[in-house]
Amino acid sequence: MANLALRNLTKTYDKTQVLHGIDLAVEDGEFVVFVGPSGCGKSTTLRLIAGLEEVSGGEIEIDGRIVNNLEPKERNIAMVFQNYAIYPHMSVRKNIGFGLRTSGLPQAARTKRIDEVARILDMTDLLDRKPNQLSGGQRQRVAIGRAMVRNPAVFLFDEPLSNLDAQLRTQMRLEIKKLHQRVGNTIVFVTHDQVEAMTMADRIVIMKDGRIQQVGTPAQVYHKPANTFVAQFIGAPSMNMFEARVSAGQLTLANGSTLAAPVPLFGDRPVILGIRPDDLVAGGDAPLLEGRIEVLEPLGSETLAYVGVAGREVIAKASGRAPPAVGDSVSLSADPSNMHLFDAETGEALS
Amino acid sequence: MATAEDLTIKPTSQALLSDTAPARRQNLGQVIRWMLLFGGGVAMVMPLVYMISTSLKFPFEVYNLNLIPEEPTLENYQLVLGDIRFAWWFGNSILIATLTTVSNVFFDSLVGYTLCKFKFRGRYIVFIAILSTLMIPTEMLVIPWYLMSQQLGWLDTHWGIMFPGMMTAFGVFLMKQFFETVPDDFIEAARIDGLNEFQIWWSVAMPLVKPALAALAIFVFLGNWTAFIWPLIVTNSPEMYTLPVGLTTFSVEQQVEWELIMTGAAISTLPTLIVFLIFQRFIIRGVVMAGLKG
Repeated sequence: MANLALRNLTKTYDKTQVLHGIDLAVEDGEFVVFVGPSGCGKSTTLRLIAGLEEVSGGEIEIDGRIVNNLEPKERNIAMVFQNYAIYPHMSVRKNIGFGLRTSGLPQAARTKRIDEVARILDMTDLLDRKPNQLSGGQRQRVAIGRAMVRNPAVFLFDEPLSNLDAQLRTQMRLEIKKLHQRVGNTIVFVTHDQVEAMTMADRIVIMKDGRIQQVGTPAQVYHKPANTFVAQFIGAPSMNMFEARVSAGQLTLANGSTLAAPVPLFGDRPVILGIRPDDLVAGGDAPLLEGRIEVLEPLGSETLAYVGVAGREVIAKASGRAPPAVGDSVSLSADPSNMHLFDAETGEALS
Repeated sequence: MATAEDLTIKPTSQALLSDTAPARRQNLGQVIRWMLLFGGGVAMVMPLVYMISTSLKFPFEVYNLNLIPEEPTLENYQLVLGDIRFAWWFGNSILIATLTTVSNVFFDSLVGYTLCKFKFRGRYIVFIAILSTLMIPTEMLVIPWYLMSQQLGWLDTHWGIMFPGMMTAFGVFLMKQFFETVPDDFIEAARIDGLNEFQIWWSVAMPLVKPALAALAIFVFLGNWTAFIWPLIVTNSPEMYTLPVGLTTFSVEQQVEWELIMTGAAISTLPTLIVFLIFQRFIIRGVVMAGLKG
């Protein structure tokens, strides 16, 4: 059963259309992450689902009900904000219980529910504190607790980890994922960080300019990107892109290297060849590119090599233990099965 | 002797710094700054000191400008506090200043919040219209207020004294600006939590602007506590006078009874002092940012 469905959802501010027909079905208990560069419409989509903005066109369905014209409180959702938005003048207990004020639950049941949520989030000791006595991570947990206490059909997270430092972000990422596995609610999570998206999501929705570019599992979007945008957005460092030409099953790169096209293609046409830095290896029988290492970025387990190839920069990964040296000449090759071909005009994947 | 040692050590340690001239210039600047501040402080405090000093003098000593009375007395306080009129005026002032303050805190923040957080057509025009009333001096408004009071039968009543100040453009402006600092996330979170708009204003937005409410309360209370022209014009009977208006009656007969005026003034500063002490902690404590970010 689809827990949340978006059908041809559009949003227009004045004369600017920011969402151009979003279609998505989220299954019950699924963890879906919206990711994309700023201004891609991911937060707007979330705000439409929450009911904080009015829908310009299309339908939003939550738990089998069309909620377009319902107030946020009637939609059976809860939201965690980037700034946490926990009330500084209330204790943690009051903050968590705030969402129950209008629930009509008796006081004893409310207290029980708050204690239960506090236990799950491991913050029973903090219930009497004020937000200014909490660390950033604890505040974020209060915000999550406030969302959990109402037991909503859908949890909405609007870039909740952006304000945390790198270490805490990694930790909270894991905590939220564990929490999801334990409670199993449907989660829609918005982030601009593709690592967050990859690590947490059951399915990733990649957006750009108000349109969905691809929906898929982390493995799908990484290994089978639908277009050049997805290919370059997902994965760090970005996928290397080369202009190339296909004719009679032969792929010819700008530098004259040829290889058998990894995808059977007819005719004579320009294409874009994409190869991830992980898949570009030094040596090999049929080197594709040759160049000189210009910069090295040691990352410990591996080293990123920026290789100058015919006036442009190509990123390849090298060993972390025995890295090459700057100035070394290298020839790079790749397994054809790890190459991606895209239409030169539309940027769509060719398969 | 330790002091002699200190004196010999200081120049050498200063010499080590090599650039003593700028340091000396800085010290001089500091001294001038302190002197100016001290001068300002004295200018502010002296009238208050004279007020208290005069209130402790007998009439014969009033025009003698010494600070410490030769024969200090509390007789003036007994006279003023024993006067039933003083009790009326004090009561009127307390009632009017308190009710006006409560009304301003409530309505100014309600309007300020609406103008700040609701996006409706024409809200900018409404805001400008409210602001523009700030440019009209009280003296110009007094006649229309008087005519209104007359027609509505409010002359010489508490309501007549209070109504022009129940809501102020300044308060609306102040509160609107402060509500700008309340992130929309708080309000949206409350909306998702199921509060209606009035509840959001009252239980989420208002506690976040407590410092501003406290500042507004102080301004309004002081403004009404010391208001003179309008209460003077709208009241006729002595039992309706406010404290500032009442105090002037000490000077209408053959002579100005400074010692009584000063005693009344000294007593009348007490409530303002209390109001300030109550609210200053809210002003000092910045609560808004505590719930945001890390």
